[in-house]
Amino acid sequence: MSELAIELQGIDKSFGLVHANRNINLKVRKGTIHGIIGENGAGKSTLMSILYGFYQADHGDILINGQKVNIRDPNAAIAAGIGMVHQHFMLVENFTVLENIMLGAEESQILNAGITKARTELKRLEKEYALEVDPDAVIEELPVGIQQRVEILKALYRKADILILDEPTGVLTPAEADHLFRILGQLKDQGKTVLLITHKLREIMAITDEVSVMRRGEMVATRTTKETSVEELAELMVGRRVLLRVEKGAAKPADVKLSVKNLTVRDSRGVTMVDDVSFDLRAGEIVGIAGVAGNGQSELLEAISGIRRAKSGTVLLNGRPVDVTGNADPADLRKCGLAHVPEDRHHVGLVLKFEESENAILGYHDDPKYRKGFTLDIDAIRAEAEEKIAAYDIRPPNPRLKTANFSGGNQQKIVLAREMERNPDVLIIGQPTRGVDVGAIEFIHKRIIEMRDQGKAVLLVSVELDEIRALSDRILVMFAGRVVGERAPDATEGELGLLMAGVEGPKEAAE
Amino acid sequence: MSVPHAKLPAWAEYGLIPLVNLAVAFLISGLVVLIVGESPLEAAYHMINGAFGRGEYIGFTLYYTTTFIFTGLAVAVAFHAGLFNIGGEGQAYVGGIGVALACLALDRTLPWYLVFPIAILGAAFFGALWAMIPGWLQAKRGSHIVITTIMFNFIAASLMNYLLNKVFKPLGSMSLETRTFEAGGQLPKLDWLMSIFGLSVGNAPFNISFLLALVAAFGVWVLIWRTKLGYEMRTMGHSPAAARYAGIKEAKIIVITMMISGGLAGMMALNPIMGEQFRMQLEFVQGAGFVGIAVALMGRSHPAGIIPAALLFGMLYQGGAEISFEMPSISRDMIVIIQGLVILFAGALEHMFRPAITRLVIGLSPKTRDVAATKGA
Repeated sequence: MSELAIELQGIDKSFGLVHANRNINLKVRKGTIHGIIGENGAGKSTLMSILYGFYQADHGDILINGQKVNIRDPNAAIAAGIGMVHQHFMLVENFTVLENIMLGAEESQILNAGITKARTELKRLEKEYALEVDPDAVIEELPVGIQQRVEILKALYRKADILILDEPTGVLTPAEADHLFRILGQLKDQGKTVLLITHKLREIMAITDEVSVMRRGEMVATRTTKETSVEELAELMVGRRVLLRVEKGAAKPADVKLSVKNLTVRDSRGVTMVDDVSFDLRAGEIVGIAGVAGNGQSELLEAISGIRRAKSGTVLLNGRPVDVTGNADPADLRKCGLAHVPEDRHHVGLVLKFEESENAILGYHDDPKYRKGFTLDIDAIRAEAEEKIAAYDIRPPNPRLKTANFSGGNQQKIVLAREMERNPDVLIIGQPTRGVDVGAIEFIHKRIIEMRDQGKAVLLVSVELDEIRALSDRILVMFAGRVVGERAPDATEGELGLLMAGVEGPKEAAE
Repeated sequence: MSVPHAKLPAWAEYGLIPLVNLAVAFLISGLVVLIVGESPLEAAYHMINGAFGRGEYIGFTLYYTTTFIFTGLAVAVAFHAGLFNIGGEGQAYVGGIGVALACLALDRTLPWYLVFPIAILGAAFFGALWAMIPGWLQAKRGSHIVITTIMFNFIAASLMNYLLNKVFKPLGSMSLETRTFEAGGQLPKLDWLMSIFGLSVGNAPFNISFLLALVAAFGVWVLIWRTKLGYEMRTMGHSPAAARYAGIKEAKIIVITMMISGGLAGMMALNPIMGEQFRMQLEFVQGAGFVGIAVALMGRSHPAGIIPAALLFGMLYQGGAEISFEMPSISRDMIVIIQGLVILFAGALEHMFRPAITRLVIGLSPKTRDVAATKGA
């Protein structure tokens, strides 16, 4: 057995009434890639935050390279040789790469000396780990994959021997993810230790040496990756057998329910985000829109649902024109049979500070059945919320609980229950399973297919290519605001990946 | 990274934490008094005695409380929709026009109980009007409500100066005020309420608008938590993006919210004009609009919190006046310092002691820990 880079002994952490980590023991060998998987709310992020000094454990010890350390704050973690690449990058967007890397490690009041030193050091790191980045490029002009590289460089610049990556591939194209994995392999070869937190089982299988599974705040198992399987890991995560494949019959597309023609949307800065997009959505089919995040999918959904004003183009809902370039009103669209599960449930789909039952009527609060004379009929609202809680197995089953206190999967179920139970003709769904645990994913996917089989028209946007491929009957790929191709769901990942990266874009658009 | 928040039991959240904050504010106030060379204990005695020592003192305390309930509610209503209405001062001032007009026109012909409802409507109307303009500017032109309401305070001051000078002042009078109202423009005192407790209201202007303030507080609760409008206001206040998604019309809600807020601020004018002075004077609001911000902050924008917070500030006003009267070396400014400290600790530094108290409370209740353990994370 080789040396241990990290050893956690009996780590325990509670937040008030929530026991987030319970007696966690973990051994990570030096020079390996160690995966940590678990559902949302399993305690992965808490554990890593303790390791990186954001929180203090209530009990337990942390040993780095065999030495017991006290990690009071991130500075102590950095001093102990731990670096972290966050899920949401901690970069200053309008600084250059070099400035970002130096930030917090300037070493003196006068920047000049530091800059020279940083530049030399950066050159060395780039060479050693094949992490090419232009040090003078401004962050906001770099693609996401490169920004992530800057985060890694930042950690290495601070002499990290142990790298923690929190859901690193969420924002990457398949090709970028492959590149990241190659970089991680190189880091490993140079003797660095990598802790990879993810919920994507495929990644774990592809690059880790060992994998630890967390469930409900506990570390339930550690396996050597070569000796385990996706099925076993999924079962360990959820605590029961999980259906990983989605079962569905053939689609029976009928009338066109939603027709989008030459839709162009600009953002507040005037940048064209959706560029001349046209497609038809029929009853009884699921159309998936694939693409790397930020290629116009969000703006497309917002324009169709009346939240964002389009520059030009037409949208027909049930054959009736929607004033997308003028005063389209989300409330009117709902009445005309459009339901919308927004991408960002935390800020758009839900009001986290509301009680569950209050969110269960958001957007439908105008319905007379929720009113009793001059006031809202709180009893009726809560009774209906309870019905939905039962039907969608939302836990805990308490309509008066603050929405922020539900897990990601249950929050998403609150939104889905609200939008699906209205029996809409057209359902548009953005990122149905982002930040949702495996058990709930299965449930959500089943519901989406049920909606289709009931003859609803479903428009699905997701950055999870697997999800798009599993659910869709047709796949449209968006790149830089344009639909660059349509494929059948059995198209290979490589083919879709190339489209998503815009490689075949110009050719198809020219057709 | 989702961080589960520690949740405190209600008695700690709404009782212990405010109490600790207050205690610290008073402790530091005591130090200040000590530095001035006076006895903090004596000052505390005069404060408490001056606010609650006799029926008359209580009457004064509750008179101020009434004023602060109105302005506190005004700030709170706007706050629920995510609007920071700093213009309570000006809205209350302009609201006075409505009260004065009603009283001047009707005080000689109608009894008070008929003039009162008209004065309420007048006060609310003028207050709402004054708040509507900044609301409309925010909704349609994007002018920030904090800036515009502050500016409208100054405009209100000039406007009222002009009106009192040129319109309301009786001919030949030297002071900037309306004539004194007759019986129809004078609200009855709440002697009967005080006498239930065996107290006499004495000279204190504790009047029926106190009851109106309590009704308004209940009305605000119904509005915010039990009506569709309140639901839409809260949605917008918590998340403008969610409001847009839900099809809530932002511009409409902003204007309506500001009008309700301004109306409540305007109703404050009833208390000093119809309840105490029986005439409208220059600068009768005396900063109550600003105190309302502190009251709403302390009361967490909930009517059930605003009433005790208003009472606290009423006590500080009345008891503070008593201190400066009894202890000449403690000037009126010292009282402002004490009030400032209360605002600082109860409002701005509200969360300073929270982590420590949370640890203490959670640590002291092993039962809650076991519950968490069985429920799982």
